[in-house]
Amino acid sequence: MFVPCCRGGGSPGSDFKGFTLLMPAVSVGNVGQLAIDLVISTLEMTKVGYFYTDCLVPMVGNNPYATAEENSVELSINAEVYSLPSKKLVVLQIRSPFIKNKYRPFCQTLLSWVKSSQCARVVVLSSSHAYQRDDEQLLGTPLRYLLTPDLQKAVGGLMQELNWKEMEKRAAYPGVNDAEKVLHIPGGGITKLLFTESCSKGIHMAVLLKFCSEGDNIPDAFALVNYLNEWLQLINSEVSADLSSQWKVPSSWRLLFGSGLPPALF
Amino acid sequence: MATFFGEVVVAPSRAGVDDEEWAEEAREETAEDREIRSELEKKREIDVLWSWKSEGCGDKALVCSRLILAIGHSAAAFLSSFILDSVCWEVVGVVKLWNEWCRTSNTTNVLPTDSFCLFYRLIPDPTVLLCQCSCYVAEDQQFQWLEKVFGCMQKEGLQVTILSTCPVADYKTQESTLTLPSPFLKALKTKEFKEHICCPLLEQPNIVRDLPAA
Repeated sequence: MFVPCCRGGGSPGSDFKGFTLLMPAVSVGNVGQLAIDLVISTLEMTKVGYFYTDCLVPMVGNNPYATAEENSVELSINAEVYSLPSKKLVVLQIRSPFIKNKYRPFCQTLLSWVKSSQCARVVVLSSSHAYQRDDEQLLGTPLRYLLTPDLQKAVGGLMQELNWKEMEKRAAYPGVNDAEKVLHIPGGGITKLLFTESCSKGIHMAVLLKFCSEGDNIPDAFALVNYLNEWLQLINSEVSADLSSQWKVPSSWRLLFGSGLPPALF
Repeated sequence: MATFFGEVVVAPSRAGVDDEEWAEEAREETAEDREIRSELEKKREIDVLWSWKSEGCGDKALVCSRLILAIGHSAAAFLSSFILDSVCWEVVGVVKLWNEWCRTSNTTNVLPTDSFCLFYRLIPDPTVLLCQCSCYVAEDQQFQWLEKVFGCMQKEGLQVTILSTCPVADYKTQESTLTLPSPFLKALKTKEFKEHICCPLLEQPNIVRDLPAA
C-alpha cells in the first residue's frame, strides 16, 4: 500500500515509529481534507511517499503546495504521505472519494499499515452534517472529539482541561428505546468505521470533527485546524493574534469555485 | 437544507458519499447478495488479449520502449488521422470490457464511432506500441486496466506518453474560459521525464481525472 519516494541517499523518511499520524476523513464539506492542506502547507512538510491503492478515484495534478516556479512541477496524486520528523508528525492526505464498495478494504489496509509502521497514535480530522444535530448540539461549540479507550487513558485528562466536548451518542431507536445509545456520525464518511475498528484493534485514535454544511468550507477548515492546534500545538498560537493568519493557504485553493466570470455578463 | 421556497432538500455532498450508501453497505451481506455482487464483478472484469497469446501474456513480458496511449474519441481520432496506417502498424492486442456506458467491440476492424480499445505495434520497430482507447473505462475498472496492460510489459526504459482531452469549461483560470483561445495544450510530466515538452505545464489548481490520471 505505502510506496516510499526515494530521495536518493540518506534516510528513506519512511520510519514512522512513535509518530502521530494525522489524516482526514473524506466527509461533508471536505473539511478534514482542507484542514490537512493547511497543516501540510504551513509546516512545509516533505512528501515521503504515496498509497498505491485501487480504492480511491484516480486523479493527478501538479504540486498543490507550490510556492514558486521551481517547486510547482512535481506530480501529486490522490493519496500522499508527508512527514515532519522534528515534530514526529506524519500526515496522510486523501484527495478523492472512495470507489463504490472499496471503503472497507481501504480502512482495513490503512489500519494494518498503521500497526506495522508502529505509529504512536492516529488523529482523524472529520466533519458531520450540521442539519442532523439535535437540540442540545445546536447550542455551543460545533467542534467535537472522540478518543479510543486506550488513548482516553493517555490524554482524556487533557481534553477535560481544554474544555472540549465529546461527541454525544444517539439513541439507537429514538422514541422507542432511548436507553440504548450508539455513535452516529452522519456525513462523516469512514470516520465511524475507522473509530470502531481502532477501538477493537487497540489502536490509539482520536477523532476531531466539526458540524458543518456544504458551501464555502474554508472557515470550517480553519476552525478545525485551530481546534487541533489547541491540543497538538503544531504552530505557536500567540495570545492576541488572529490564528487564521498563521496558517498558510496553499496555492491550489485558488479558484475553488471556478474560473473568472466573462465580462460580457455585466 | 431549506431552499428559497421553503422545502427541505438534501444537498449532495462534495465528499462523494451518500449516507444511504453507507447504511446499505453496513447491512450484513446474504449469500444471495454475495452471488449477485460476484456476478457483477465478473461482468465488469477486463480482458486483455494479445495476438501472440490466446489469453493474457503468459510468462513472456513484452519488451516495450515507447507506449503512446490515446484516451477518448478525439485523441483516438488524432492517431487514426495522423499516425496509424496499415503499412507500418499492426494490431497486436485488444481490451474487452463492459460497463454501464459502453461495451467494446470484439472485432479489430472498428469504425471511428465504435467503442474500442486496441493496441498497435510499429512493424519497423516492434518495441513501439500505440493504444487507442475510445471506450470509457469506469472508475472501478481503471486500476484493473492498468495492472493487466502494464503487467504484460517490461517497464525498464519504458517511456509512456498519454494523449487525452478535457472540456475547456473544466479549465480553471483567473480570466473567463469564454475568452480563452481554444483548443490549447497543457502537459503533466513525471520528474523522470527529461525530454523537452512542446507546451506549458498544467497550472494549479487544475487536475486530470479518469484513466489518464490512473
